[in-house]
Amino acid sequence: MTERERVTLRPEQASIPPDHPWNRLPMIGAGGALVGAAGCAILGAGNPRQFFFSWLVSFLFFLSLALGGLFFVLIQYAAQGSWGIVVRRIGETIFTTIPGMALLFVPLLFGIHDLYEWAHPGAADHDALLRWKAPFLNVPFFLLRAAIYFAAWSAIAILYYRGSRRQDTSGDPATSARLRKFAGPAIIVMALTQSFAAIDWIMSLTPHWYSTMFGVYFFAGSFVGFIALLSVMAAAMQRARLLDTIITAEHLHDLGKFLFAFTAFWAYIAFSQFFLMWYANLPEETIWYKARLAGSWKLVSLLLMAGHFGIPFFYLMGRAVKRRASTLAIGGVWILAMHFVDLYWQVMPTLHPEGVRPSVLDVAAFLAVGGCFVGAVTWLMRRQALVPLRDPRLPESLAFENA
Amino acid sequence: MAFASLRSLRPAILSNPLPKGPHFGIVAEFGTPADLYHACERVRDAGFTRWDAHTPFPVHGLEGAMGLRRSPLPWIVLVMGLTGATLGFGLQWWVHAKAYPLVISGKPYFSWPAFIPITFELGVLFAALGAVLGMLGLNRLPMHYHPLFRSKVFERVTDDAFFISIESWDPRFDAAATPKLLESLGARSVELLES
Repeated sequence: MTERERVTLRPEQASIPPDHPWNRLPMIGAGGALVGAAGCAILGAGNPRQFFFSWLVSFLFFLSLALGGLFFVLIQYAAQGSWGIVVRRIGETIFTTIPGMALLFVPLLFGIHDLYEWAHPGAADHDALLRWKAPFLNVPFFLLRAAIYFAAWSAIAILYYRGSRRQDTSGDPATSARLRKFAGPAIIVMALTQSFAAIDWIMSLTPHWYSTMFGVYFFAGSFVGFIALLSVMAAAMQRARLLDTIITAEHLHDLGKFLFAFTAFWAYIAFSQFFLMWYANLPEETIWYKARLAGSWKLVSLLLMAGHFGIPFFYLMGRAVKRRASTLAIGGVWILAMHFVDLYWQVMPTLHPEGVRPSVLDVAAFLAVGGCFVGAVTWLMRRQALVPLRDPRLPESLAFENA
Repeated sequence: MAFASLRSLRPAILSNPLPKGPHFGIVAEFGTPADLYHACERVRDAGFTRWDAHTPFPVHGLEGAMGLRRSPLPWIVLVMGLTGATLGFGLQWWVHAKAYPLVISGKPYFSWPAFIPITFELGVLFAALGAVLGMLGLNRLPMHYHPLFRSKVFERVTDDAFFISIESWDPRFDAAATPKLLESLGARSVELLES
């Protein structure tokens, strides 16, 4: 071990050099965000309902990636994993966008009545079920809950990001011990808030319907989406010659294994949710799937079966695919695309029950939210080391090999 | 891991694994995993093919130092898993849609979602059996007798000593020169074993 303990990194080995092309990414992200926002403003004015639904899908997509990142880092601390230290800072950078995501949530507040049937004034008057759910599904409590979610997520995100960044200069191993101690309770808080957020923002689009698995389903999608993003970023950084000697095929291999495992996990949860409702065949449960098995939405359902599970499951099975940056990145981009389709399929049938109706606003909202996300992540990356330089387990992670 | 299981794969899996002739081969004892590791690299580079390393615990990277090819076990597991899944799905389709069609909770005879859990379970079961039995088969286990067990020194392989055995049917094996090679690589003792 003594030989390994001497392996340390100098900050310049783990940061973006001043003349590197990635320095332009924050500006490119901001440009995309401006174009997207302009598109949303021009097109959304004529079709506000479509705008709010499109914005909700894109907001959920990027928020879920950030939440998946927070979960990933918390699990790394709780399990005291060493392999992932070299990619942990990328995760930390991604989840640090969560406080900013609260701002991107604000546009949805103007669309509560367009998005959610239960928020219509008088909706509960002639609807016994909505009346019964009104103590939970009412606008003030909805807003309060959203505030609680963002407060909890932001607090955890800032605590972990700050702690990790401070350790870069202090090198204090006590920081790792302290953050590990908080990781267990933080995971519980995350699980509860994330489940309720999924219920509030997606499930309540169909207020008569309920699924006790919905929180896990959202988690499964967000986690596999984040691992896909992390794989793509690790591979892209290899190509951009950032951390190319630090993140090795061994780390990519483990990311690939995570991606493979959580692809199967997502399928397991998604099928379990569908299966019990299909089998029991109760109208108040099947209504959600009935809408998604009608018309062109059925094609999207089949696409998810094949694309979110079948194809990536067999693609990611082999060892060589996971160890090469290019092939792993293909798998990651594919899963990210499918994660978007999954959220689109959850949200959009409420607006377009008649079938899939792609809109330019979908693209505009994606550009606006995605531009902010990419801009914020890459802006943070410029200002910091790309790995936790003085984490006590970093040498172990640098020397990591799959058995 | 390295004990017994890292025997390099031979083309005919079911052929007699033991060499013919008066000598089984030689077994050399090493004091530390590092000595063994470096000795393995040299034995590999010398071109030996019928040899093995034996350790009390897994030694990281030893398969690379020995130049072992990757095991075909994943392919066995894949084929077995797909076979199990196909059998599970096929059996349910045959029973429910062909042999004895019954209307169950108003569903069509061929209700594929209902077949998925058993398809999945049988796929996992067959894959697991393929992994265990395939591993045993590739390692030629169970094997009730092996000439290595004649060596008194070799008993420490489950305790604190590290061994390389080279079998006499290796084309490069030489009853005089091979022991000298192992000694030059730092072996604490080298023993010639009878068949």
